[in-house]
Amino acid sequence: MLLQSKDVLGLQYMPSEEISYIIESAATMKELLMQSAKKMPHLQGKSIVSLFYENSTRTRMSFELAGKYLGATVSNLGVSTSSVQKGETLLDTGKTLEAMGTDIVIIRHPLAGAPKFLGDNFSGSVLNAGDGMHEHPTQGLLDMFTMKEKFGELKGLNVTIIGDIMHSRVARSNIWGLTKLGANVTICGMDTMMPCAIERTGVTVSNNLIESVKDADVVMALRIQKERQKGGLLPSNREYHTFFGINDDVIDKCKKGVMIMHPGPVNRGVELSSAVMDADFSVIDTQVTNGVAVRMALLYILTRSKNNEA
Amino acid sequence: MKLKISGGDIVNPAGEQFGKLDILIEDGKISAIGKDVGDAERVIDAAGLTVFPGFIDLHCHLREPGQEYKEDIMSGTKAAVKGGYTAVCCMPNTKPVMDTAAVVALVNDRARRAPAKVYPVGAASVGLSGKELTEMGEMSSLGCVAFSDDGHPIESGAMMRRAMMYAQTYGKMIMAHEEDLSIKGEGIMNEGYQSTVLGMPGISRVAEEAMIARDLLLAQTYGLKLHIQHVSTAGGIELIRAAKAKGTRVTCESAPHYFSADDSMCAGFDANTKVNPPLREKGDVKAVKAGLLDGTIDAIATDHAPHHKDEKKIEFALAASGISGFETAFSLAVTNLTDDADKLAELFSVNPARIIEKKSGVIENGSFADITIADMSKQYTFTEQSIISKGKNSPFIGQKLKGVVTHTIVDGELVYEAN
Repeated sequence: MLLQSKDVLGLQYMPSEEISYIIESAATMKELLMQSAKKMPHLQGKSIVSLFYENSTRTRMSFELAGKYLGATVSNLGVSTSSVQKGETLLDTGKTLEAMGTDIVIIRHPLAGAPKFLGDNFSGSVLNAGDGMHEHPTQGLLDMFTMKEKFGELKGLNVTIIGDIMHSRVARSNIWGLTKLGANVTICGMDTMMPCAIERTGVTVSNNLIESVKDADVVMALRIQKERQKGGLLPSNREYHTFFGINDDVIDKCKKGVMIMHPGPVNRGVELSSAVMDADFSVIDTQVTNGVAVRMALLYILTRSKNNEA
Repeated sequence: MKLKISGGDIVNPAGEQFGKLDILIEDGKISAIGKDVGDAERVIDAAGLTVFPGFIDLHCHLREPGQEYKEDIMSGTKAAVKGGYTAVCCMPNTKPVMDTAAVVALVNDRARRAPAKVYPVGAASVGLSGKELTEMGEMSSLGCVAFSDDGHPIESGAMMRRAMMYAQTYGKMIMAHEEDLSIKGEGIMNEGYQSTVLGMPGISRVAEEAMIARDLLLAQTYGLKLHIQHVSTAGGIELIRAAKAKGTRVTCESAPHYFSADDSMCAGFDANTKVNPPLREKGDVKAVKAGLLDGTIDAIATDHAPHHKDEKKIEFALAASGISGFETAFSLAVTNLTDDADKLAELFSVNPARIIEKKSGVIENGSFADITIADMSKQYTFTEQSIISKGKNSPFIGQKLKGVVTHTIVDGELVYEAN
């Protein structure tokens, strides 16, 4: 199967068959990843550049390892956020990378739409590793893969996403992907962090944590960024944890077998209590492993799509 | 030289003569209107065409002095006459800011050879900073028709009140860009479902409406004249409608993009759809149309805001705001608003003239021969190549439009003719 677009910009417009296919391929890649010798030839001769305009450890490392395990040449171009405004334009950076023979650019950018803009002006593939508050498609895919691994089926699954929905590209990608594959998505948080008209995406909106988690199969807590408090969207992390944090008392109200997820990095004691984070129903480490598998699958599918075009 | 417009259909809601009559122009003025006006050296065959009093744009940016890479007075007015405008009001956000008589004089000087009349709108505050009043008296003597801090809303209510009062001293008014910057925050597009889905910070409609409400109260309480620029929301129009019903001395304009496009056009992150106020939602588009048709909104103004390609071929958040509007305004109105020529004449000519107190907007004996002739039924596809303004930034490129300006006459001189 080939993807219909040369770029992976988000899950909003990705057909559900493609999403399912990537998740299935990720399962195969995970088997390879679990081998002792992690060097496969799938991407031999391919050149991948990661272009990060925002700090990130895990996503960047995850992409880099995914590319290297499959034998690609992976290079990093770190760009400080300040040079978004000054310095070389993204248009020119794209042209430079193209002139250097880059097949795939993995981009993280603080501005929504930057990957789309790059993709429109770059003949290779562009993979969105997070753009502003817009989308983070590989995070959505790895979360869905992790859910599917445990529950076998996404259709009918009750997923509750908690926290700063407004600023979260992770939430948006999960909402698009999960609703497309038939899961029931509830989002929960305070109204200062709820984006306008979000219910039109097909989710249920709640301000009540216990109500929103009691029937959930999956509870996903989002990271609260430190600057939100300064921005006046919430008074304190303490109050956040009191009303929206996941601790043992909340787990007691959940169904048996509930799975706790978090895209990381976790603020211990804010989104999740330390006890919950370290409990066996938290799958945060599995999410990290699955992230590498999903990115291996996606890179492979993308380069193959490209080869078949030629 | 005598010029005759022959066989056209005259639309003239502010005058007494209309219908299929000829017009004779001598020495820049209309010398006869009727069935048999005699011969002329030059005859425009206007059979099948509609003859309007010259269009007046209450709101444009000509960028000179200081940003001639975006537009200059000559290139801008050439685009204006192509759009049918015989006169344009240019905003003061030039570099340096048009906040002194010296800069107004420079603009007047550069405009002397321009094909359209240029009416400067001086800054209301020094440097558009909202702090100190400008020398509005001197600038009025040099021809400023109004004062505005366009694009830089006057944040202090006290300052706005003083600016309105001071302008009134010289028989002028403030044209207000209504926006509460604290409510706007970091917003770059309309706040709504689209901004949520695109993950771009939204601009609440309350940012515009709260400021409209404040300024309407100032106008109403102190009996001051106020002109509200580019109204874009249903709620804003409702506030103005209510104020007008109470007799408040308020007029307002909206721009073609507010009745021709909505925020779903931002979905591809195309920076040509970035404008301030932002493209709103379908309900607002409907309200702008209704407001224009029922007279709540007095005029269509372009807010022609030309930008260089490099300022638009960039990430949406970093792109400049604005749409190059002279060359599409009339077509967008015919295509998306109405083909009632009398209504169009009111919105493009009669009301703008009344607002800035110019003796135009009418076709009558002895008046300045500022005339716009159009083919109301001609259809075409709008292309980037056809744009003569330096600013090619339009979200309407590729659209099929109806209604084309064929001739523009300023002071009796044929300054534009479509080929």
